Amino acid sequence: MRKFDVIVVGGGHAGIEAAVSAALMGCSVAMVTMDKHAIGRMSCNPAIGGSAKGHLVHEIDALGGMMGLIADRTGIQFRTLNKSKGPAVWAGRCQSDRKLYSVEAERVVSNTKNLEIVEDSVVEAFEENKKIVGVKTAKGEEIKCKALVVCSGTFLNGLMYTGFNATKGGRFGEPPAIGLTESLVKMGFVSGRLKTGTPPRLLKSSINWDILEEQPGDENPEPFSMRTPKDEFPYLPQLSCHITYTSPEVHKILEKGFDRSPMFTGLISGVGPRYCPSIEDKVVRFADKERHQLFLEPEGLDSDLIYLNGFSSSLPVEIQYEALRKIKGLEDVEMVRPAYAIEYDFFPPYQVDLTLETKLIEGLYFAGQINGTSGYEEAAGQGIVAGINAALKIQKRKEFVLSRNESYIGVLIDDLVGKSTDEPYRMFTSRAEHRLLLRQDNADRRLLKYGYEFGLIPEEMYRDLQMREILITKSFDYFNQKRISPLAINPLLELKGINKIDNGEIIGKIVKRPELSLKEVLENSGLNDDELVIKLLQNPKALEQVEIELKYEGYIQRQYELVEKMEKLEKIQIPLNFNYFNLKTISAEGREKLSKVKPRTIGQASRISGVTPSDISILLVYLKS
Amino acid sequence: MFIQDEDTIVALATASGVGAISVIRISGEKSIELVDEVFSGKIKLVDAHTHTIHYGKIIDSKNELIDDVLVSVFKAPHSYTGENSIEISSHGSSLIVKKIIERLIEVGARLAEPGEFTKRAFLNGRIDLAQAEAVADIINSRTEASLRGARNQLDGLLSQKVNFLRNSLINSSSLIELELDFAEEDLEFVSLNKVMNQLQEIEFEIDKLISTYNFGRIIKDGINVALVGKPNVGKSSLLNYLLKEKRAIVSEIPGTTRDIIREEVNIDGILFTLYDTAGIRETEDVIEKEGVNRSVETIKNSDVVIFLNDVQSGFSNKLFEKLKTYTNEDRIIKVVNKIDLDPNTKINCEVKISAKTGEGIDTLFKVLKEKAIGSETYSEKSAIVSNIRHLDALKRAKQFLENAKESIKEKLSGEFIAVDLRNAESALGEIIGRVTSDDILNNIFMKFCIGK
Ligand SMILES: Nc1nc2c(ncn2[C@@H]2O[C@H](COP(=O)(O)OP(=O)(O)O)[C@@H](O)[C@H]2O)c(=O)[nH]1
Repeated sequence: MRKFDVIVVGGGHAGIEAAVSAALMGCSVAMVTMDKHAIGRMSCNPAIGGSAKGHLVHEIDALGGMMGLIADRTGIQFRTLNKSKGPAVWAGRCQSDRKLYSVEAERVVSNTKNLEIVEDSVVEAFEENKKIVGVKTAKGEEIKCKALVVCSGTFLNGLMYTGFNATKGGRFGEPPAIGLTESLVKMGFVSGRLKTGTPPRLLKSSINWDILEEQPGDENPEPFSMRTPKDEFPYLPQLSCHITYTSPEVHKILEKGFDRSPMFTGLISGVGPRYCPSIEDKVVRFADKERHQLFLEPEGLDSDLIYLNGFSSSLPVEIQYEALRKIKGLEDVEMVRPAYAIEYDFFPPYQVDLTLETKLIEGLYFAGQINGTSGYEEAAGQGIVAGINAALKIQKRKEFVLSRNESYIGVLIDDLVGKSTDEPYRMFTSRAEHRLLLRQDNADRRLLKYGYEFGLIPEEMYRDLQMREILITKSFDYFNQKRISPLAINPLLELKGINKIDNGEIIGKIVKRPELSLKEVLENSGLNDDELVIKLLQNPKALEQVEIELKYEGYIQRQYELVEKMEKLEKIQIPLNFNYFNLKTISAEGREKLSKVKPRTIGQASRISGVTPSDISILLVYLKS
Repeated sequence: MFIQDEDTIVALATASGVGAISVIRISGEKSIELVDEVFSGKIKLVDAHTHTIHYGKIIDSKNELIDDVLVSVFKAPHSYTGENSIEISSHGSSLIVKKIIERLIEVGARLAEPGEFTKRAFLNGRIDLAQAEAVADIINSRTEASLRGARNQLDGLLSQKVNFLRNSLINSSSLIELELDFAEEDLEFVSLNKVMNQLQEIEFEIDKLISTYNFGRIIKDGINVALVGKPNVGKSSLLNYLLKEKRAIVSEIPGTTRDIIREEVNIDGILFTLYDTAGIRETEDVIEKEGVNRSVETIKNSDVVIFLNDVQSGFSNKLFEKLKTYTNEDRIIKVVNKIDLDPNTKINCEVKISAKTGEGIDTLFKVLKEKAIGSETYSEKSAIVSNIRHLDALKRAKQFLENAKESIKEKLSGEFIAVDLRNAESALGEIIGRVTSDDILNNIFMKFCIGK
């Protein structure tokens, strides 16, 4: 009988990060996936990143994960979103070559030491005394393990719909995973159903490109990963996306098919995401909107397919066709694959702890869509946390929990466990109450230390960061007391047409002017011989950090105030086996939610939905006495 | 570790040693059965309906009468604490009260800890945090007006208002968040002008609450008045008059040279505390200097200063100039005394009195009150801030709103506006216990005295 330290079920974005991180940490790992060529396959849009998701990719990268690297190597368009806003909401996004992404992902996984790919599917999990011990596969093999990470995506009892036409499957052309849900339910887990949709794929040559609005990538694209060598990036030729819109005429056609939509007729019972509604949902919910924006995204360099972002649907094919052909640019369109909706099993995530280990069975971890999230990035963020924790547990090391004030991943997991969403959970920047501190640009400053500690980040990279930190701190303090003379800076101010200064002004103050960058100011500071200035100008990464910290000093300061205030509640521990049913005075709902989630701290407890402020006050009073 | 309230607690609810009637309060699941053991009346109290009053006798262990009493029965959850509870009204004598409480302890009750009744009410969800604080204020209130102020908070007026403002803030925040998170979608975003207007409205309401504080504080704590004047103008006589005619209570604050005399007098439901100062002359004498320092301190801490002169020596300009260096002129009331000696005195003062006949003294207090709280009056239905913790939270919320408005004016992007809105929301949340750190809770429960 084969034996591994860790078995990872699934080769999706969560599975990749879980398997690779555990293997790099020295565990023997098996990744069980039906088809090794499907590793890293993008089931929905061929893109990585976006608002808040780009942040997740940077964090995964700082922890030593693979997503950023793979995306950088296979991206065919890179853009930074929100560039007109402040640095905290700048977010990287790329269009990926769908095929190359999965080829690269497979290569990364195959080349990882200690990691074996098992082409099979897990149909049953075994436990002894509430501890995971192994699995059984569809081919009948029994494999032993110390930890099991389930990253099954939409495959658990997946059911795909196009109109009333339902096919069993986890993704187009791939069979579902049957058996594992039932096995987990037998262990005592509670499962639910969620749904999500994916838009049609169009034939590239059937689109009238000339009349469509073009959306090119950035002129100077930025990679996601700090391990991507800048001089080789971007690796691939870059393409544009295009934009078009629906119209009232299109909406009318869609309405004709509503009585044949499985979502409207209640055939699909799972709850869908509010933020990524199907086109029929949009037409109904925003009845007064005359048009909806659609993006035509290339699926790859030599792909004939175009992904129609914004048009996910479960309407019958003939309705989809009729509607599409009324859209500008799509007059003669050919659909290669219609839109479909998929319904799948998930396990409401109050059943996992902040380490993603299940509360019920030791050594069993859930990551990704099984926890009710949507999105590759959300999945990958959980995957790496689950993989690291599985390895730490086996090596009897201290667990790894990220907090809300240091990462989006921490926000994500804390939300999942406490809020137990009933719709697929997607990350937004507004979910992070400490948003100004959780920027893409400082992901390494926040998280690299962990990646290094776990051996996922090379030592020299970590040392480099430490040196940078010193430079940043020194410069920040220095510029907050060093004055610049009018003589030196006024020519620049005059050039920019902004108010000149009469007396010497502190550098930290003058860079707060929106028109000025720190680099410009330093170059015109008359401090050209100053050692610190020279060093900083030679280190663009440090320069960027100092600039942001100086420019937004007051805001960052106030953000820290909020952190401190909340920190107090995060520090008050709740005993592990606290029995909430003894607290007759807490509201019935609060009691039920608290006993389900078993929060570790008052802070965590206060964020659980359904728990009221007075429940928390009461809890505090009890914990005191 | 649980203080799950199975204990029955007992304490005297009225002030000890005063009044003809004393009320003893008992609360806890078993409280009614427990009182039945010592009470002999027409029916068993366990069979009584909630909110009913019963006449009977409290009997000691040897079956001898302790006192004739009236017993009110409150059944869970319709009581102050939310538990079964009983109030025994007995005769006022402290000996009787002591005996009744001892008897109840004999049969299984225990003496309540400070604030425990309120704590139970809070834990049972009968009152929220701001209300719990109001109870502390009610207990400590010494005048009718302060009682009304606390009642109004107990009724939840402040909580309601703050909740409303907090929800409006959350509403504005979400408009901003929408644009941040869905910039890629072609949604129609709300103009920042609209957000600005909303913030302005919220700030206006916060300002209104803040402006009630002085009133609220004075209602709660009273008006502090310093009495300043040359020797022999009649300061002691004024205090004496109040002592005799207005039943003021005198106490002495010990000092080195001369104790500062403090008098508390309740006029029209407002508590005035008058401090007689030792004088503020320049002096070389070390001991006297100490006295002057204390006087200056008293002047600085008072809401209003009575500057007393008399018809004989006239208005003392020198002392007045000196006084103005210690306090704002508009806090000073110029008063001339001894008008019984010269009713037509030409001395230019706002108020003319005679400490001997009492003439003008009622006017003096009217002017004092006006100076301290202005002419603004608040109905019992308006939310009033009287607690320094609440004031502080409101002020911080206001400051954060100011920051947010500044960011909008500077055309900064949404995430910068949002950080201050979040801080503001969190500050408001403190008032109603949305983010309660346990220090706040501790602090609150510490302030209660036994019996409530
Ligand atoms: N006729 C008259 N005599 C007064 C009045 N107030 C005080 N006096 C007298 O003035 C003298 C000084 O008063 P006192 O209160 O000791 O002054 P203090 O030094 O300011 O405290 C005493 O003899 C009082 O009887 C008043 O209103 N009318």
